[in-house]
Amino acid sequence: MFIPHTESERKEMLKAIGVEKIEDLFTAIPEQHRFPKLGMLHGMTEMEVSAQLKEMAEANLSLSNAVSFLGAGAYYHYIPAAIDMLISRGEFYTAYTPYQPEISQGTLQGIFEYQSLIARLTGMDAANASHYDGATACAEAGILAYHQFRGKRKEILVSPGLHPHYQSVMRTYLSDFDGMYMISPTFNSLEDINPQKLIDAVDENTAMVMVQYPDFFGQVFDFTELAEACHAKGALLCVCVNPIALGLLKTPGEMGADVVVGEGQPLGIPLNYGGPYLGIFAVKKELIRKVSGRIVGQTVDNRGQKSYVLTLTAREQHIRREKATSNICSNQGLNALTAAIYLSLLGKEGLKEVASLCYNKAHYAAKKISELKGFEILNKDPFFHEFVVKCPKPVEELQEHLLEHGILGGYDLSGSYPVFENCLLIAVTEMNSKQDIDDLCLVLKGGHHHHEH
Amino acid sequence: MKIESGLLYSQNDEWVRIEGDTATIGITDYAQSQLSDIVFAEVSIEEGDSVEAGDCIGTVESVKAASDIYTPVSGTVAAVNEAVADEPEIINKEAFGAAWFIKVTLDGAVDESELMDAAAYEKYCAEREH
Amino acid sequence: MSTKPTTGNEQKTIFELSSTGRRGMRYPKCDVPETELPAGLVRDELPLPELSEADVVRHFTNLSELNYSLDNGFYPLGSCTMKYNPKIDEKLSRLDGFVNVHPLQPIETVQGSLLLMYELQGMLQRISGMDACTLTPAAGAHGEFSGVKTIVAWHQAQGHDKRKIMLIPDSAHGTNPATSAMSGLTVKPVPTDERGNIDLEKLSALCNDELAGIMITNPNTLGLFDEHIVEVNEMVHKAGGLVYGDGANMNALLGIAHPGDLGFDVMHFNLHKTFATPHGGGGPGSGPICAKAFLAEYIPGPVACVLEEETEELPPLYGLKMPEESMGQVRSFWGHFGVMIKAYVYILMLGEEGLRRVSEYATLNANYMMESLKKVYPLPFDRPCMHEFVLEGKLPNAPEVRALDIAKRLMDYKFHPPTNYFPLIVHEALMIEPTESESKQVLDEFVAAMLAIAKEAEETPQLLHDAPLTTPFGRMDEVKAAKDLILTA
Repeated sequence: MFIPHTESERKEMLKAIGVEKIEDLFTAIPEQHRFPKLGMLHGMTEMEVSAQLKEMAEANLSLSNAVSFLGAGAYYHYIPAAIDMLISRGEFYTAYTPYQPEISQGTLQGIFEYQSLIARLTGMDAANASHYDGATACAEAGILAYHQFRGKRKEILVSPGLHPHYQSVMRTYLSDFDGMYMISPTFNSLEDINPQKLIDAVDENTAMVMVQYPDFFGQVFDFTELAEACHAKGALLCVCVNPIALGLLKTPGEMGADVVVGEGQPLGIPLNYGGPYLGIFAVKKELIRKVSGRIVGQTVDNRGQKSYVLTLTAREQHIRREKATSNICSNQGLNALTAAIYLSLLGKEGLKEVASLCYNKAHYAAKKISELKGFEILNKDPFFHEFVVKCPKPVEELQEHLLEHGILGGYDLSGSYPVFENCLLIAVTEMNSKQDIDDLCLVLKGGHHHHEH
Repeated sequence: MKIESGLLYSQNDEWVRIEGDTATIGITDYAQSQLSDIVFAEVSIEEGDSVEAGDCIGTVESVKAASDIYTPVSGTVAAVNEAVADEPEIINKEAFGAAWFIKVTLDGAVDESELMDAAAYEKYCAEREH
Repeated sequence: MSTKPTTGNEQKTIFELSSTGRRGMRYPKCDVPETELPAGLVRDELPLPELSEADVVRHFTNLSELNYSLDNGFYPLGSCTMKYNPKIDEKLSRLDGFVNVHPLQPIETVQGSLLLMYELQGMLQRISGMDACTLTPAAGAHGEFSGVKTIVAWHQAQGHDKRKIMLIPDSAHGTNPATSAMSGLTVKPVPTDERGNIDLEKLSALCNDELAGIMITNPNTLGLFDEHIVEVNEMVHKAGGLVYGDGANMNALLGIAHPGDLGFDVMHFNLHKTFATPHGGGGPGSGPICAKAFLAEYIPGPVACVLEEETEELPPLYGLKMPEESMGQVRSFWGHFGVMIKAYVYILMLGEEGLRRVSEYATLNANYMMESLKKVYPLPFDRPCMHEFVLEGKLPNAPEVRALDIAKRLMDYKFHPPTNYFPLIVHEALMIEPTESESKQVLDEFVAAMLAIAKEAEETPQLLHDAPLTTPFGRMDEVKAAKDLILTA
């Protein structure tokens, strides 16, 4: 399969090389280790494999056949049809990293536009061509902070409102990293998770303060004072964003953030059971040389045409080797392109509309749930499209009941946060209708909703 | 390729000019030619910092390569040349002149055992040419 | 061939195409009462472009046409394994039941995805001859990071506090030293000998009780299988170090040799190289790692597993678990599932025999081309290669022509150039990897172009310095790009 050689071509080629059979090309391999059995099945045809994969896909519950209030870092949004048509063009998806700019302007201009869109969305000066996902973008921000202070400041002060997986990945990256460490203010309730706690904790040892906007629990805060407090101590402020929220909300750039990272999945990228996603990374211009990953810049070709190339490459592993800003050598090229197409299609008004729909529906849901006996909304500060519900019984029990009605009820916080016992994190997007929300409330109340999914 | 006599040279292609108790440090013409068009230069220390021979004092970058710069002598930084960061292309043009990186007030005699004179450095460069 | 290059091929940016009030996407009216926005937290302006759907479609279609891709033609980019990306992979990875699945759904509702992950882990273990696998790493470099941190975690658990040296052959990819440095290790280079193998004597001198391990790409970046690989790995093991395998070149070894049998302890795969998942113009890739049993509890997670064994009435219940001593979590969720589907389909379609054929024909193609080209282009290491080989892009009778010129001129012959200036140990390197998916006809055409260019290099060298001439864009001013940084529109 996928090998075009005919029998006679093979013979001709072997003859040209001067060996009798293909096996003779592998004499450098110790004989006892040569040609092991793999223990795989025989190859399948396209028809057979299609049938098998269809069956596997059908063994999953697709959100297109359910009502979902699951978020917690991955969000179900509508993806305009044009996106898949465009990114399915072989010229985009079967190209490599644009090492030869003369024949890669499509990829390069696409990334340049992505960088420009992200910079505008976040209110920052520049963005890179992307990282793997939100978590690794956070970790790379921590490494940037290390380099910014040449290893003299080793502390990253992390808001407890940062996604627990992102905290965990940062810990992985920063352990064994020349003494870098993370600290977080303690908290006993959702109200304890706020910028003031960080303002109190930032000091001369702090390299970077890391917050999320909206945070893992949906809360949104103005970080202007936090930024001032950071800068007064010489520290950097990094804000991890949900890009959809920035359709409505004040930008981190305006608040004084030095670095903005985030999960770009909501920008037209399907949930795909967790990946591939898109790590957003944007900075103020003073920090651009400390950024890891690919960066595209504008230039001219030798015919005087405006064009684009990978630039500032001297930061990268293929030149700097062990002194590079990171080992990363790919980006999420096709997903960055997806985000660029998504933002172009939605444009100024479309993104605002999606963000408003998310905001209004989430607030409607919160209000309705708060009216249910025994349920309490813990968010007292403003929130965007996600919020915490304290339930009258264990979330697991509720989830099972909801699932029987075709509803994925949200994310159970009690597993990772003892203080949030019986707490459910609910996300609402434009995909949820008023009916879905009313059904959720009905089932939570203990009833049965009236239509089948 | 230019090599100036009367200077001391390091294996990492820095030059040192010693005048009284002041040493001026830069990168050699050979180094700039190996890097080709320099697009970025940075001195990472400040006036008043004390440095030990072998400490990293800055970086130069072209589009194809990057190189750290080390001080071959110990002492206190007396001056930093802002011009190399502002106009890195002067390193290509005047490696031994206007494109000096720092001046160091020496804190004692210079350990010359690791350094070369112009003739030795010329030989050292020739050996590295393919 | 026309020698007058075209101009006017620039494309306006989406911002230049924008027109106030134009819309490309509309949403339904809000069906719930509106809530007031939080005071002081609303942004003043949203400087995004305003375009119609047709504007957007045309713009990106036009951009796509400025790319050269595998679907356009031969792409012999050494070390990148640009093999044909089967279309069925794309179709099946877009099935609704795969695409619209949330990573935090209850496991009972994602058994199809978990089964696929579990089986893919098993397949990669069989192909590598290893005992454990994790699919979480996002790319090759990310796999390296995961694998090296696995080694670090294992040493820490054994109380080997002194073991901080990672040996890396001088032919290695830049990601290897960068990865080691990120993992808190000190890098020491190991030289290559005159046959292109790791220099055993020099290696021996570097083996001591500070050794954490060695990172080896085998076949190496010269496309050569190290003739002493077993001795090398034994030497490192004897000194108490572990062996990391950089799987960038696994396209040479499917069914040809098990890295596990050769003494590798942990390695990564590049699904986007070896298993034909597309490169996407720079990603997303996928870099799973496989490890020997003694490292199984140290690899990053979570990994797919069987939670409840099959019974007479019920199939097994699959789930995710974190290895007990895991070096940690390396990304937000479980891996690039969308990429895994494509690799899984590809492996299923090839099967036992097909996998071996891939490496056999990749190696046949490379040797065939090497044989034809070495008559004209200097070949620094002249012995049978594996799936790729490295030439010097320096012709004896055209001293002023460089590898870069040859690479650029190839574009005028409608080919993507090989990798150039890598590996660093070859002067003016041209690294050629044809892959198994190219026919003899394509290889012959490429060889003919290379020979024609060698002739041009002698007769009309200026033509090569000016190349490419027939592409929509000519050589770029990279110095200007780096100096007058323009990173946004």
